[in-house]
Amino acid sequence: MDTQPLTETETKARTMTGAEIVITALREQGVDTMFGYPGGAVLPIYDAIYSEDSIHHVLVRHEQGAGHAAEGYARSTGKPGVALVTSGPGATNMVTPITDAMMDSIPMVVISGQVPTHLIGTDAFQECDTVGITRCCAKHNYLVTDVEDLARTIHEAFLIATSGRPGPVVIDIPKDVQFATGTYIGKEGVYKPTYQPKTEPSPHAIEDTIALMRAARRPVFYTGGGVINSGPEASKLLRELQEATGFPVTSTLMGLGAFPASHPDWLGMVGMHGAYEANNAMHDCDLMICVGARFDDRVTGKVSAFSPGSRKVHIDIDPSSINKIIRVDIPIVADCKAALKALLDGWKKTKAKKPDLSDWKAQIDKWRERDCFAYPENDGSIRPQYAVERLYELTRDRDTYITTEVGQHQMWAAQHYHFEEPNRWMTSGGLGTMGYGLPSAVGVQAAHRDSLVIDIAGEASVQMVMQEISTAVQHKLPIKVFILNNEWMGMVRQWQELLHGQRYSHSYSESLPDFVKLAEAYGAHGIQCSDPDELDARIQEMIDHPGPVVFDCLVTKAENCFPMIPSGAAHNEMILGSISGDEIDEEGRKLV
Amino acid sequence: MTREPLPIPASAYDMDHAEEAEERRTLAVLVDNEPGVLGRVVGLFSARGYNIESLTVAETDRNKHRSRITIVTTGTAHMLEQIEAQLLRLVPVAAVVDITKSRRGIERELALVKVAGTGEKRVEALRIAEIFRARVIDTTNESFIFEITGASEKVDQFTDLMEPLGLVEVSRTGVLSIRRGKDAG
Repeated sequence: MDTQPLTETETKARTMTGAEIVITALREQGVDTMFGYPGGAVLPIYDAIYSEDSIHHVLVRHEQGAGHAAEGYARSTGKPGVALVTSGPGATNMVTPITDAMMDSIPMVVISGQVPTHLIGTDAFQECDTVGITRCCAKHNYLVTDVEDLARTIHEAFLIATSGRPGPVVIDIPKDVQFATGTYIGKEGVYKPTYQPKTEPSPHAIEDTIALMRAARRPVFYTGGGVINSGPEASKLLRELQEATGFPVTSTLMGLGAFPASHPDWLGMVGMHGAYEANNAMHDCDLMICVGARFDDRVTGKVSAFSPGSRKVHIDIDPSSINKIIRVDIPIVADCKAALKALLDGWKKTKAKKPDLSDWKAQIDKWRERDCFAYPENDGSIRPQYAVERLYELTRDRDTYITTEVGQHQMWAAQHYHFEEPNRWMTSGGLGTMGYGLPSAVGVQAAHRDSLVIDIAGEASVQMVMQEISTAVQHKLPIKVFILNNEWMGMVRQWQELLHGQRYSHSYSESLPDFVKLAEAYGAHGIQCSDPDELDARIQEMIDHPGPVVFDCLVTKAENCFPMIPSGAAHNEMILGSISGDEIDEEGRKLV
Repeated sequence: MTREPLPIPASAYDMDHAEEAEERRTLAVLVDNEPGVLGRVVGLFSARGYNIESLTVAETDRNKHRSRITIVTTGTAHMLEQIEAQLLRLVPVAAVVDITKSRRGIERELALVKVAGTGEKRVEALRIAEIFRARVIDTTNESFIFEITGASEKVDQFTDLMEPLGLVEVSRTGVLSIRRGKDAG
């Protein structure tokens, strides 16, 4: 949907109500879609939306859904996601998505209603200290007490949400400010002197990095969500730099898609459930170039044993990420796009030949031969890995977007679904929010009406947000919820098996709903499949169905997600799982 | 492959924290004087487990809308580097100046010290106050209130000496800081 550009008179200073200022500012910021839920303290803004055709409002069923939908919209388009909620419970229900967006650096603007200014602090009905509650989980927040500050504040919020390291910004607007009349000012000239993120790399750091790159014999690019956040140009530059240097590439969970999974130098995902070859390459490399990743504990494993023999270069737009977990040799504070461009130009200028990395690549091939993502044959029931693999094969040639919930299914999706392009993979990495995937898919589908949007889900996670299937039905958003149903909170069960002596404390969900009937009750289409031989046909049926689908895929119940770096262990201490000929016996696995 | 059993529950959060010596630092944080800015700074310290030994804040430039927060903190070199970077991540923070490291910083603290006593002890208290250039700002037949300004160590020393002479209570401002020379910041 195209946003109508503002006419000249609209952008010039003029007088309107606070609610109209909100809508006019959103239009000027290019917002075409927003996600929200009305309530008492936000009714004037909803009144202004009533007569506004150029912004499509998606009514959710729970405010958390609005937040995750805005995140999905943002991650799949590169534009900021916008959510609108009321005061009190509306705002507190947004805390999870705000924190989620903060952890994963997702640009998002949340507008919340607040009780009228004269009631603030009186414990009024549906009052809460929204700016106090969101202060520690948002990139920035505002309480606007004067309508004359409103337009500038909204423009500033968009600037802050989308620049530097992106993140969520909250604007809390009391109801009387929404009714009051004030002056609208355009976004031109909105400037925050204390907020000036550095985006251009230091030439010295680039020079030093080029020198290391030329000397490296066992280099690796370790890329992350920052490459995606930096825009499609950054992914393009990464590919060009890789092409010029021949360095192998691995990525964090958040960075999947920045580098094509079909490329021969793609190592697969790094980290706790990453590829054997990726983790060993990280451990044994002599030069690690980290691009827009933050050495998260799920990636590093045991910090003291992390990549002991390598020089490390860290490109990050946020100076606080540098040297936070891992000491690096060359810090480069910059936008990934600018840093990659500078490295590519610098590399070309030296007219260096592609270094001879044949020994390193031969070593990597040996690790690859372990075939770490292999899994046992279906023995009557569908292996979850097989289900994801078939889903990939049947959807890979389509215009597909994948979201996930959190748990084993998320890791299987990351391992067995392969991405060629950025912005196609939406998952909750940092916060690990169960219930992220379904509303996120709603947001993605609202931005890409004709694409195939699939939430790869677990039966436990999806029930946290199941109500949002109703949103999909209402707004004719044909999302596909593909549930790997093993009746367990699989990752919890796996940890209990491996770490807690198989004492499965409260990880089994009894009384699961009949997902097919549940789908039908919501007006969606339900499919169930338990037979490996029927799986392809049923997946095809899901793809072909024009509306929202809930696919209940009954999979092997006690499957574990391997390979795995047990927490507290180093990269070269991966457990590959029983079928790879790994020598860890049953007893050993219990000890991990 | 043999594997040492990991401690149960094993977690990546058991990260090795290198044993580094803790240092004491005074940081001047220059911020936009907007609502909640002190909450952001203090919240950051508590959320990330940093120490605050002393904290002072007041608006210092009305035209520029600037406040100055002086924080005395302790931490390892790594932690102090993070504190500075995390503070700068806050949108309203314009600059962070490490007063201790800059060597050109001046730190002062003001304290009001109430001492009660009679006879020899009262005379001794007054004599020590003169040595420390503390002013008497209130007096009764049985008590004094002294006003003393100086580096924190000087204030500490003064209150220590007053302890046996009838120290009743102390009110301190916390550390204020500024850098020598003609430039701001």
